[in-house]
Amino acid sequence: MTTTDIPAPTARPPRPASAPTRRPKREREGAAWVFLSPWVLGATVLTLLPMAVSLYLSFTDYDLFNAPHWVGLRNYTQMFTEDPRYWRSVVTTLTYVVIAVPLQLALALVVALALKTLKRGKGFYRSAFYAPSLLGASMSVALVWRAVFNDGGTVDNLLGTGGWVNRPGWSLVAVALLTVWQFGAPMVIFLAGLQQIPAELYEAAAVDGAGTWRQFLSVTVPMLSPVLFFNLVLQTIQAFQVFTPAFAVSGGKGGPADSTLVYTLYLYDRGFVASHMGYASAMAWVLLLVIGAVTAVLFRTSRSWVFYASEGDR
Amino acid sequence: MTTTASTAMPRKPVRWGRIAVHLGCLAALLVMLYPLAWLLATSLKPADEVIASLDLLPSHLEWSNYKTALDGVNDVSIWRLLGNSLLIAGGAVIGNVISCSLAAYAFARLRFRFRGPMFAFMIATIMLPHHAVLIPQYILFNKLGLVNTYWPLILPKFLATEAFFVFLIVQFMRGLPRELEEAARIDGCGPFRSFFQVILPLTRPALITTAIFTFIWTWNDFFTQLIYLFDPDKFTLTLALRSFVDASSQSAFGPMFAMSVIALLPIVLFFLAFQRFLVEGMASSGLKG
Repeated sequence: MTTTDIPAPTARPPRPASAPTRRPKREREGAAWVFLSPWVLGATVLTLLPMAVSLYLSFTDYDLFNAPHWVGLRNYTQMFTEDPRYWRSVVTTLTYVVIAVPLQLALALVVALALKTLKRGKGFYRSAFYAPSLLGASMSVALVWRAVFNDGGTVDNLLGTGGWVNRPGWSLVAVALLTVWQFGAPMVIFLAGLQQIPAELYEAAAVDGAGTWRQFLSVTVPMLSPVLFFNLVLQTIQAFQVFTPAFAVSGGKGGPADSTLVYTLYLYDRGFVASHMGYASAMAWVLLLVIGAVTAVLFRTSRSWVFYASEGDR
Repeated sequence: MTTTASTAMPRKPVRWGRIAVHLGCLAALLVMLYPLAWLLATSLKPADEVIASLDLLPSHLEWSNYKTALDGVNDVSIWRLLGNSLLIAGGAVIGNVISCSLAAYAFARLRFRFRGPMFAFMIATIMLPHHAVLIPQYILFNKLGLVNTYWPLILPKFLATEAFFVFLIVQFMRGLPRELEEAARIDGCGPFRSFFQVILPLTRPALITTAIFTFIWTWNDFFTQLIYLFDPDKFTLTLALRSFVDASSQSAFGPMFAMSVIALLPIVLFFLAFQRFLVEGMASSGLKG
């Protein structure tokens, strides 16, 4: 209680000239770096440096055993002009993103809107719909998917279409459905967003004669747009990196006929099965750039449709 | 209003709507639970009923599937696999809780140079695809002779590499009143004591969320384990399941799915025990951005 200027426990001699009021600040700056040190180490050694190294490797031929051999842009030109499987993986991934993300978000939004109207049981449904988001990431469930969508599996028996997993046109749909099945995570975020919309807005709209649909368009959609945007960005980024379901459904091969050869599966195949680390690094950097570009485009377009009620709130 | 309210329920329109929603939700849940019910049923089916029969329920319960599953894969017992999975997930939990809360405290409460840019970088790494750093990390651990050990799976967690959790804890800490620390400081607490004795206890909900999510995500993780581990006796349950598939004849379906059930069990138990934290943690992580 005497002064705020408490002598530091460490044996650092007091700096005479600098005003004493400054010292606590500097002391805390030192403390900040102590708290930050694991993160700084991790961010440098496991993130920044590897990013630089993988950029370098992307211009080399490297097989883990012999020293990297500089080949300039050859990995990239080979990727874009001489490797049909690469393009196959690009198209597969884009198709998957376009199927899975909108379907998943639409379902999440519809269920969240429905749950919002409930007075009882909301908590139960919220948890129950959320459960697949945790279980679905496991190998166990991916294996179930493979069996259910296989020849003679439930889908075959029900629809008589044969197993989707073995049909090039349908195998990717089975993988996408596994993602859609996990709509609980975005749904929970939607629901939390819906609950933060002030009831007065709906009351005011009702007084002005707005019906249910009108209220949805004029109140719910704009108020929910930041949450929708958040979900869209997050799910899109995640979808670009899908791996486990495609791996499990195709037994790690990306089949049939490369129809489930998603980008990361091909990257794994090039880097860790074929030992073309340079080529895989080039693939990783293209993925990084594409995800960065897609995110930037989403942020750009968001200005026209995402509405922030209180701009100064952050 | 009358124009849109074409629904012919003059008395209690809200109530009928709600019943419809309940019915819809229950129907959706039934469909969604089917794969899990299928998993449980198949794990108890005798070999000849796995594919041939349309029934979900087995004619009799084939517990021997579980006996076979307990024997494990590649002569490695399931206890060993379970232990490996637990070791990795447990190490990751401890690492993430410690390192992420330390970093979060600095970002949320302390002033230091380059705080703005570093915070921005931290947020950006949430969106960074893992693959951009994967190969050099692999090379690094390979050079250190740590491939085919658990270090590459645990060590990064002690260095706060999962920025999502740093962000989650930062958000939570920002919500705590500043007065608490000011009072602590007047009472003579430095930043370390006020972190350990004032802030950390109050941050418990965010730390629990971090711990649970870390456990479940690490338990479910497949890619990293696939890359770094190749000795069958170092395998996790997830990896062992996969090698089951490689050797898959349909007669092994029962035991394979029995093992799948065992592999899912910890997640199910975590979910049942902590669903409130999980759902709320997910909801709050998305919002106050």
